[in-house]
Amino acid sequence: MSVKRNKPIIELNKVTKSFGTFQALKGVDATIFEGEFFSLLGPSGCGKTTLLRMIAGFEEATSGTIVIGGKLMTGIPANKRPTNMVFQSYAIFPHLSVGDNVGYGLKTRKLPKAEIAAEVEKALKMVDLGGFSDRAAHELSGGQRQRVALARALVMRPKVILLDEPLSALDKKLRDQMQVELRNLQRSIGITFILVTHDQEEALIMSDRIAVMFEGEIAQLASPEELYRHPVSHRVASFIGVMNFLKATTTVADDQEITLNIPSLGTVSVPASYMPAGMDADTVKTIGIRPEMLTILFDDADKSTCRVEGTVTSTMYYGDMTYYSVKLSDHDDDVTISMRNTAGRSIVPAGGLVQVGWGVESIVLFK
Amino acid sequence: MSRVLKFISARWMVTYAVAYMIFLYAPVVLLPVFALNDATIIAFPLSGFTTNWFVVLWHTEALHGAIRNSLFVAVTAAILSTVLGSFAARASARYSFPAKRSIMGFIMLPLVLPEIIVAVALLVVMMRLGMSLSLWTVVAGHILICTPFAIAIMSSAFQGLDQSLEEASLDLGETRVGTFLRITLPLVMPGVISSLLICFTISLDEFIIAFFLTGTDVTLPVYIWSQLRFPTKLPSIMALGTILLVLSIGLLIIAEWFRRRASKKQGLEASPTGGFV
Repeated sequence: MSVKRNKPIIELNKVTKSFGTFQALKGVDATIFEGEFFSLLGPSGCGKTTLLRMIAGFEEATSGTIVIGGKLMTGIPANKRPTNMVFQSYAIFPHLSVGDNVGYGLKTRKLPKAEIAAEVEKALKMVDLGGFSDRAAHELSGGQRQRVALARALVMRPKVILLDEPLSALDKKLRDQMQVELRNLQRSIGITFILVTHDQEEALIMSDRIAVMFEGEIAQLASPEELYRHPVSHRVASFIGVMNFLKATTTVADDQEITLNIPSLGTVSVPASYMPAGMDADTVKTIGIRPEMLTILFDDADKSTCRVEGTVTSTMYYGDMTYYSVKLSDHDDDVTISMRNTAGRSIVPAGGLVQVGWGVESIVLFK
Repeated sequence: MSRVLKFISARWMVTYAVAYMIFLYAPVVLLPVFALNDATIIAFPLSGFTTNWFVVLWHTEALHGAIRNSLFVAVTAAILSTVLGSFAARASARYSFPAKRSIMGFIMLPLVLPEIIVAVALLVVMMRLGMSLSLWTVVAGHILICTPFAIAIMSSAFQGLDQSLEEASLDLGETRVGTFLRITLPLVMPGVISSLLICFTISLDEFIIAFFLTGTDVTLPVYIWSQLRFPTKLPSIMALGTILLVLSIGLLIIAEWFRRRASKKQGLEASPTGGFV
């Protein structure tokens, strides 16, 4: 997962965008590095697509600057930028063959025909469509159109490839497959990819770093693991997966340790290093624990973890997993616990009394 | 009981529909019939088959002049209307601007205005401006009534065009002009051809405006009207009508074919009444 962080390829400086009175972007700062797979993740209307279109050159920033490859992009139109885009609708030219679609950009560079044909075939091979050059655009399936759109961008050898929800039109199986392929392709060619998506799972699987955006602002910019383990706010935590929130107050805090009173779990001490930057002990109001960090203890002999008693309020069986809603105390809403259905493990029905195991190291502190 | 009623009403509907069709199309059917009838009087019974009236047309010099004039007017009006219509359609499909609906409505207005009003108004304006009547004044009048049709056709062509196709072309390094030539134009071309044909047809058989605005050079419909005063010319006018009828139907079929092909090209299902033919 190591990415050379030394060379920035895109620098966004206080980028804002207004459409009339609506502020789509409220000052975005970010640096994207060479060879990185970077994702803009957020719900619809958060400004992620607008930001992508501004990097591509389809929209001008209202204020702030975008620098690509060391060059200021203000006033430079899309056709003069070192970026290429894979559109959500793929935008395959319907009147051109697959080969002419992929070679479209090279033709504008006035390359000789034979060279274009060779480059096109190379790009098509990269996306597993070798020999498709003479096919008509309308003969392609959804997945193939997506590959053609990607090949059309790759063949230009841009500094950055921009992907606007490229997998959203594909069915689940194909999407899972393309996520892996796209990731592997990006690693092997080393071009910077910027992906716009609203699918948190997709972002986690594919990205080196993710910028989570809400309402025109980046809420958190971090690696997938960091984002999942240490979300900075309730909103980020709930957007990336599921998070159980429990009320908490700080009782004692020093340089080494913070002692919390968590009504549902009891008194808990966590290392001071758990405190997120920009927060101090007094501001802790809740803690978060992911569903998979809680366990229903089936084996009474297991005394290794902290435990607390709870009542199962509902059970949802997913085949490989079971999701339990468990009431720990009157102080908090029911927590969600996910359990892998391993051999011989029984399913606890609603109403059952269970021992819930948890660990200090899985606690995240929130305001 | 209700079944009987249903049966009767169904039969009535069929009768009504048939009568309606006969009323509409019987005169049109009579045109070729009398054009091929060997008699100067337009009346039954038919007296025999002849192609003589078509031969007469061939030898009428004034007719040839009128045809040339009409072709000039129709081709010019069709091209200019389609160009203007494309601009307006593109603007309304792509951009939002103040008072868009009222501006578009204003441009489409000649569709519903009585032609005689338009013709008289144009004549008055042109006289006031001191313009002499010529084929160009007829062209101007025809552009006014053809442009709404061109807009209707070109609007559906531009609306079916995915905007990201043009963006993709720009993104791949093509200029705006290049994008227009390599992407936009080929994709709306069927619409352009369809619009040209429709405008050509409308202009070719338009009478009222041409009658008011024409100078010494008459167009075909005006010529035909002038010939109706001579009863002996009637059968050859029937022959001319027949030729025009076949040409018009042919052109409309070609126009519709292009419109449907355009929809197909863009992957849309062409609605049978989607254009306006």
